[in-house]
Amino acid sequence: MNWLSSQMKDSIPVAGFCPQGSYGLQDSLRSGFTSVKNELLPSHPLELSEKTKQRQDELDHTPNIQGLHAPLKLQMEHRAARQIQRLPFLPSSNLALDTLRGSDDTIGFEDILNDPAQSEMMGEPHLMVEYKLGLL
Amino acid sequence: MALSNVLEIPAAGFNFENAARNAALEERFGGGKTPKPLKTGTTIAGVVFKDGVVLGADTRATSSEVVADKMCAKIHYIAPNIYCCGAGTAADTEKTTDILSSNLAIFSLNSGRNPRLVMAASILQDTLYRYHGTIGANLILGGVDCTGNHLYKVGPWGSVDTMSYMAMGEFWDLAAMGILEDRFKPDMEIEEAKELVRAAIHSGIMSDLGSGNNIDICVITRDGVDYIRPFQESQFKDNRKNKYKYRPGTTPILTQKVVPLKLEVVQETVLRMDTS
Repeated sequence: MNWLSSQMKDSIPVAGFCPQGSYGLQDSLRSGFTSVKNELLPSHPLELSEKTKQRQDELDHTPNIQGLHAPLKLQMEHRAARQIQRLPFLPSSNLALDTLRGSDDTIGFEDILNDPAQSEMMGEPHLMVEYKLGLL
Repeated sequence: MALSNVLEIPAAGFNFENAARNAALEERFGGGKTPKPLKTGTTIAGVVFKDGVVLGADTRATSSEVVADKMCAKIHYIAPNIYCCGAGTAADTEKTTDILSSNLAIFSLNSGRNPRLVMAASILQDTLYRYHGTIGANLILGGVDCTGNHLYKVGPWGSVDTMSYMAMGEFWDLAAMGILEDRFKPDMEIEEAKELVRAAIHSGIMSDLGSGNNIDICVITRDGVDYIRPFQESQFKDNRKNKYKYRPGTTPILTQKVVPLKLEVVQETVLRMDTS
């Protein structure tokens, strides 16, 4: 299973601005038509800041105090925890990731709004796994 | 039914998929006709007195020019020793104070301590700044903790200020602030403080169309909380009964026509039930 996990894309889905198709080209069949403006600019002022929110203090200030290895180690743990997921169509608890981030004992909008367990759209399991493996 | 265009489970939290569509729709409608959210265009005030804190608020919630709620509760519970008045978009103030209350409850359970006002104010500041003013909540946090009696004012962008007396509203806190500036004295007694807050809210009600109806007061001291709702009722109450039951004979009968319905017995079956 090792080569399989190494093939998998980033486990936490983040709606990116890059086109979804292969080779970075727009896949009109799956994602419809697009305009250059939609690809380049976020449509809502908060979209960008919500995507990239991380613990800025840790990542910006620790290199100055403790050297470059500090944020690198933190990032490494973060990435390792992010990989602990179930198959794409099953809900994952993200327990390790929550513990690292400190969000296991706080409640925010991501716990109340848009609960993935109650999503109205269901994906086709085979397609989702193929997409994650990069075969699609 | 499983959809073939869903390749990933959507992420939790805010979803910005429709933002571009909404902007296009607004443009199409000329910007003026989109429905406005329910606002509390409100007057809220708070005063620190000798033994604690008094918070006051009016009870009107407006939706553009219509009064949507005449008995809206604007003083929200945060912790047993902390209450928060909210002005601005009604849903935003309620949800934000709700989330704050839950987080402080988790903190209390984790650490075994009562939350302090500075912690509540810091959490609010972080949350509101993160959303860059899109959450329209103008809040007055007041309470008593181990370090004393405190009042904090938090703006929609995350600005925090602490004073012994304050008033907030969406735009017009000038009337209430005027009363407070004139009559505030440090270390007042409880009845004086309640009367001062009442007068401040009353002047806000008189001077602002977005504030009105009754006045709620919440007194927080070391011994407990006294949430008086309503403290003062509006003199312009309408006479509405909640039950509209009319006695038989209220409506006069003009004519009466009786048509008997003829029924024939077509089939009769007897089923014995064993009831022993």
